[in-house]
Order: sequence, then structure tokens, then C-alpha cells
Amino acid sequence: MFAQWRDIFWGERPLFEALSGKLSGVFDGLAKRGALSEADVAEAMREVRLAMLDADVALPVVKDFVTKVRERAVGHEVLDSISPGQAVAKIVNDALIDALGGAGAVPLNLNAVPPVPILMVGLQGSGKTTTSGKIALRLATRERKKVLLASLDTQRPAAQLQLQQLAERAGVPSLPIVPGQTPVEIARRAMDTGRREGFDVVILDTAGRLSIDEALMNEVREIRAETSPAETLLVVDAMTGQDAVNTARAFNEAVGVTGVVMTRMDGDARGGAALSMRAVTGAPIKLTGSGEKLDALEEFHPERVAGRILGLGDIAGLVEKAADTLDHEESEKIALKMMQGKFDLDDYAAQIRQIAKMGSLSGILDMLPGMGKVKQALGDKDLDTSVLKRHQAIISSMTRAERKTPAIIKASRKKRIAAGSGSTVQDVNRLLKQFDDMSTMMKRINKLGMKGLMRQGMSALMPKGPKPPGGRPFG
Amino acid sequence: MALGFFSRLKAGLSRSTQKLGGGIAAVFTRRKLDDAALEELEDLLIAADLGPNVAARVIESFRSSRFGTEVTDEEIRTALAAEIARVLEPVAVPFVPDPQHRPHVALVVGVNGNGKTTTIGKMARFYGEQGLKVMMVAGDTFRAAAVEQLQVWGDRVGAPVIAGPPNADAAGLAFDALKRARAEGADLLLIDTAGRLHNKGALMEELAKIIRVMRKFDETAPHSVLLVLDATTGQNAIEQVRVFKELVNVTGLIVTKLDGSARGGIVVALADTFGLPVHAVGVGEQAEDLRPFSAEAFANGLVGPSIRLSSPDGDEKKDGEGDPA
Ligand SMILES: Nc1nc2c(ncn2[C@@H]2O[C@H](COP(=O)(O)OP(=O)(O)O)[C@@H](O)[C@H]2O)c(=O)[nH]1
Ligand SMILES: Nc1nc2c(ncn2[C@@H]2O[C@H](COP(=O)(O)OP(=O)(O)O)[C@@H](O)[C@H]2O)c(=O)[nH]1
Ligand SMILES: [Mg+2]
Ligand SMILES: [Mg+2]
Repeated sequence: MFAQWRDIFWGERPLFEALSGKLSGVFDGLAKRGALSEADVAEAMREVRLAMLDADVALPVVKDFVTKVRERAVGHEVLDSISPGQAVAKIVNDALIDALGGAGAVPLNLNAVPPVPILMVGLQGSGKTTTSGKIALRLATRERKKVLLASLDTQRPAAQLQLQQLAERAGVPSLPIVPGQTPVEIARRAMDTGRREGFDVVILDTAGRLSIDEALMNEVREIRAETSPAETLLVVDAMTGQDAVNTARAFNEAVGVTGVVMTRMDGDARGGAALSMRAVTGAPIKLTGSGEKLDALEEFHPERVAGRILGLGDIAGLVEKAADTLDHEESEKIALKMMQGKFDLDDYAAQIRQIAKMGSLSGILDMLPGMGKVKQALGDKDLDTSVLKRHQAIISSMTRAERKTPAIIKASRKKRIAAGSGSTVQDVNRLLKQFDDMSTMMKRINKLGMKGLMRQGMSALMPKGPKPPGGRPFG
Repeated sequence: MALGFFSRLKAGLSRSTQKLGGGIAAVFTRRKLDDAALEELEDLLIAADLGPNVAARVIESFRSSRFGTEVTDEEIRTALAAEIARVLEPVAVPFVPDPQHRPHVALVVGVNGNGKTTTIGKMARFYGEQGLKVMMVAGDTFRAAAVEQLQVWGDRVGAPVIAGPPNADAAGLAFDALKRARAEGADLLLIDTAGRLHNKGALMEELAKIIRVMRKFDETAPHSVLLVLDATTGQNAIEQVRVFKELVNVTGLIVTKLDGSARGGIVVALADTFGLPVHAVGVGEQAEDLRPFSAEAFANGLVGPSIRLSSPDGDEKKDGEGDPA
């Protein structure tokens, strides 16, 4: 199923090419070469601005970014070998990766006298407690640190118990719960315990607080003054909208943010808050949360988030996952056949084998924008790998001729195949229908070409399913 | 509650609208509503999370009706709020448990950490005070200490919490709870669920299963599926609502964390796109911090300190003392 995506996206510089595909529409009919004019760039910048706003990058940050990129782009000499669209796309993409913090991931700073305090702050429900558990697990297992988890959350019901349970799951000690203590008292006790019992790191999980809540912001100031954390991590939900700037500013002013953690990157939000956070605090995004389990903590990859913000999906992530598990040669062969319209059931079976190797198909679909709809269109059942296994069984009960030319499979052949594979005629029909759908999808890809695909997104490939709930006209 | 809460709401709303309101004042005091002014106004709406498209459309209707006229700051604010309230008016529908169902079953769903459990606690308090017999179900059997969290709420508001063993099957638990609530003559059964991202097919299927299993006992259940939305959420809220609505047939929304600096402008886009009822808003972490959704108050909150909100009486009572849901 994804070899074609891979083929489409997996260029030398996939993001750059995808983006230029998107922006090149703007430059259709502009065949000229030479320096980019202000007018050329202005049009492209409108697209970029919209894409970024749709991705929830905060408006002042968008404006700043667009201004800078415009300056860089105007007057830029377009080489003969590339189009103006590609030239601007490259400038935008580079600038965005740059603004997100460049290529390298910034590790947690543990350079302090142990026990090294790490202070976790953020709004309510952003993922502080879960992330505390994740960081503890990571430091304990990967860096063999002796980590103490301490919950200073006296606000949310059962918050301390939550951290205690997470600590148990992570196999890391947590500070015993003493009811009635204030957060500052707990912080003090945590550091004392850390010193006395020889801990390397003490993670201080705090209650969620609103940026405008003066009392609670003062409290966290006090905690900071008491413990002098080596890292003060602002935990932010990737779904955050324009308010990201207010949150970033308030926490940065109150406690001096040294790093940002973006949680719920496993969702399909485009994650523009990452750029807002980075722009306002100047602090690097150090980690991302990609699930509820304690091992779902990852390094931050600016180039992937750049792709998400521009609406191109986590293509790099997809490619990386695919690269880890795919048999490249086979995929390339299949992709080529698809493009030539020669895809048959043998190739489908080969793809199923590859998909099985990659594990969850939905996990892969989740990485692409607009794929929610694709998943629904396919129906949950078809994402179930047991269905793929059944398909495999059915295909292996076919003759070579049937696999090469599925059109010859009529009633009696269906019965034989069903019996041979321990399935029903309906199962066989379903498989043939799905194969048919895939072939149709591939024909669409061929017809649309790269440019059309980028402009219309993946949804252009989908069979016309039930329409999404229609918008009532505004007013 | 009515007394304290309105001033709190007012304080919250004016805090959160200071910037936008200030922006409007800066832009529009004795000024012509020309292209540049409209563009700045559009920016202000975008910064309130209405999204670039909806913001553009609001401004378009402004342009056609008022383009070129001299306007004051106050006129702009009122007209803009009215424009937005017009979109919100049809969705401002309170949540009223149907007394014919015993109990009325409300399944509370949404992405992680947005305030489901807290909202259930608040609702239990409110409807309990109205004299309904309310029971809660600790259906988040996944997150650490989620059951205990709801149990604390149960103690706080004096409503029973039905819980299963750790990692119990949420569907089975909901089924048992419904049976028990029926037997005990409950009026309202509030079912908490684990947070789930809408793009996780398996987790969404789990929700659908909870519904299927409950229907084996009462084929009309659940009578409401309430989607909780965090006001800080940006444009992704649209996808959230679309998917939850499609897969579990959401009947209404509750918007939380409006006491913060986020203005929740995405609600305008949601009202425009889906027309789902918005039942209530959360304005704090305490049991009494649940408010009815008022189109007017919300719209005023979006565009700045309003005439209505700052007037001494009248509407305060109306906004403040309605059903929170
Ligand atoms: N899908 C997903 N859920 C997360 C992630 N991080 C945290 N959560 C969930 O978000 C909810 C709130 O997290 P919690 O740590 O309690 O937030 P806190 O209030 O900031 O401490 C819980 O249901 C977590 O399981 C993440 O990266 N992905
Ligand atoms: N300020 C504020 N915080 C809220 C509101 N509703 C919930 N919260 C907080 O948000 C966090 C997550 O809430 P919870 O009910 O556990 O979310 P759930 O994971 O969806 O069940 C907790 O810290 C709550 O106290 C609200 O309306 N305002
Ligand atoms: Mg917490
Ligand atoms: Mg909960």
C-alpha cells in the first residue's frame, strides 16, 4: 500500500521536492528565469502564511517568519536548473528547519552537582506527569542514572498517586506521599531525599497552571528559587493553538524555560505550536511525546516537524520507518510496476508481506496528513493485519494465471480458491474488490502526477466516499 | 454560586480578551474601515483561533456591509460580536437529561487531558443539586490513577462512583454500571472514558464497543455522547470533532479551560462546520466551575470587554444563573 507513497516522497530531499510541488502551482506560467521579484515571492508567501496558520503557528510568529523569508527570497538568483517555485520552496523549508532549531537534537542538560533537579511545568493536562515518568525511565535505562520522581501537584485529585503508579511502572523510586505538604515543602523534601540517598536526578512534576494565574505562577517561581533546576521543561500539547505564545511568554518570564517538550505528536495536529514555543522562549525543543506509554518519548526532529507544519506530513518519519523494514529492491520493483499499471496479485501479496513486517498499518497511515479519511474509507477491518493474512492465504490458493490476470476469476474459480484457502467466496470477492480499488488509486496517481497530488493532497486519491459533514454557509 | 461565578467568569473573560480588545481599540478608534483596518481585524480574529478561513469569512461579511464607513471602536466591537454570536446562537443548547430515560446515559469522550474527568465531577455536582440522582462510571481503566481521580470527585460532590478492577474492560464495566444504575433508580449516568486521539483506530473502535455493549442492555443508550474540547486547542479541533462525530455519533460539546488566556475561537469554526450543540464551558478546576454556554457572552469574550458584560445587572443574571449545561 505504501510503496507508491514512498516512491512519491522518497527523493533525495523529499520534503524539498514535495514543498516545491505545492508551491510551484503558484508559479505556473511564470517561466522566466533570473532574480525572484517581489511580486513572485509575495504570492508564494501568502501560501506559506496560510499553511502556517492552519498548522497553528501563532500569528506574530508567522508574520516574523514570512518577513524574514521574503527578505531572503527577493532578489534570489534562480539557477537554470530549478524553477522559481523550487527555489522559494527551498528557502522556506530551510528557514523553517532553522527556526525550529536546526538539524541536531539538543540533549537534556544534566551538568550540575547531583542530585540534578529537573522541573516540569505547563498548563493543565499538557502531559507533565506522563512525561516525567517517560524521562525517568529513559534516564534510568539508557543513562543508568539513579532517578527520583516527586509530584508537587496538590491541585489535581490523585495526581501524586498517578506519578507514584507511573514510577512503579518505570521501575523508578518516587518520593513518598505526605498529605498536607505544600508544593514548596515537597520540593525541599525531594531535594533532601535526593542528596541523602545519593540520587543523580530528581524530577519535580508540578501541577498544571494557567499563564494568567498569578498565585500559581508565583508558587512555581518559589519552587524554582528553592531548587535551582538544571532544566526547566515546559510541556506543551502539540494541538495547542494561538495561545501558545501567551503560555510560552508567561512561563518563560516566570521560571526561565530551558527546554520544551511537545506531547501528543502521535496525533494528527500539524504542531505549529512547536515553532511558536521556540520563537518566544528561544529554548530548544528537546523531546517529543508520541504516545501514552512510558517508552513513547523521542528526540525532536526539526525537519519532520517542518514537514508537518507545511502540511506535508511526517514524511521523513514514514520514510525512516519504511527504510528500517522494507526490502528496498522489491519495493522499487513494485513501485515501478504500479506506475506502469502492471501491478498484479503477486505484487499485492509481496506488499502484504512487507506491511506485515512493518507492523501496524494504521501507525503508518497516522503519519500522513489527511490519512484519517483514508483509514475510514478503507474501513477498520481492512487495516486489521489478520485480514491481510487472509488475503495472503487466498492469493496463495490461486493459480499463476489467476494472480497475473485477476479478471479471469469467475464463480467456479472463486469457489475453488475459497475452499483451498479455508475462506468464503465473499472473502475472495472482498479481496478482488480491494485489489480493484488499489488499481484505481494507482491510476489516479498516474493521472494526477506529482504536482496534482501535492496540491490536492492524499484525499485526491480516495474513491469518492460519503461526504464529510458539510459546512453550513457562514451567516 | 451564582454570585461568585459571574464575577469570576467576567474576570476570566476580560483577562483573556484584554489583548484582542486592546488591539481593536488601537486599530479602530475613529478610523475608516478600509482594507488595512479590515486586515488588522482579521488578524485579531486569527489570533483568537478562529482559523484563517473563518476569520476571512467573518471579515468578508463585514466588508460588504460596512466597508468605507467611519466607525468607532465600540461600534466595531458590538457589530463583530453580533456577527459571531449569530453563528453561535443555534448551538447554544443546554444539556437536559431526559427524565424518560432512567438513567439518562451520557458517555463522555475526547482526546487526552482535556478535562473529561473534571467535567464529569462538575456535572455530577450540578445535576445532583438539581435533585437528580447521579452516578458516575470510572471508565478510564487505562491511565494511571484515573479511577482514583474520579473517586475523589465522587467524594467531593457526593455522588457514587462505579469502578472495576484495574485494567478492567471498559465496555463490560459500562454494561454492569448501566444495569446497576437502572436497578438503583438513577436519573443520570455519567460515563468517564480514557482519553484517546481520534486518529487511533483501535482506541476509537474501543469506544464504539462500549456503545455496542451497552445497547445489549438498553438499545437507546447512550442518550448523549459528549465530546470534551480544550479551549487551548487550535485547528486540530475540527478534525477531532469530525472523527469523533463520525465514529461515535457525538451529540454535543463541552469546552473546558476557558478561564485561561486561550479564547477558544475554534468553537466558531466548529459551530459553522458541524452545528453541534455546545452545552457548557469549564472555567476552572473546582466543582462549581461549570457554566452554561452563552453565544453572546462567548462572542463578547472573543472580541473584547463588552457592553453587556460590564453593565451592572440584567444580562448578568441571565448568563449567570442559567443551567450550566
Ligand atoms: N497520545 C498521547 N497521550 C499523552 C501523551 N503524553 C501524555 N498523554 C496523555 O495525556 C493525558 C494527560 O497527561 P498527564 O501527564 O496527566 O498531564 P498533566 O496534567 O500535564 O500532568 C493522559 O491521558 C496521558 O496519558 C502523548 O505524547 N501522546
Ligand atoms: N483551569 C482549568 N483547568 C481544568 C478545567 N477542566 C479541567 N482542568 C484541569 O485539566 C487537567 C486535566 O483534567 P482531567 O479532567 O483529568 O482530563 P481528562 O484526562 O480529559 O479526564 C486537570 O489538571 C484539571 O484540573 C477548566 O475548565 N479550567
Ligand atoms: Mg500532572
Ligand atoms: Mg480522565
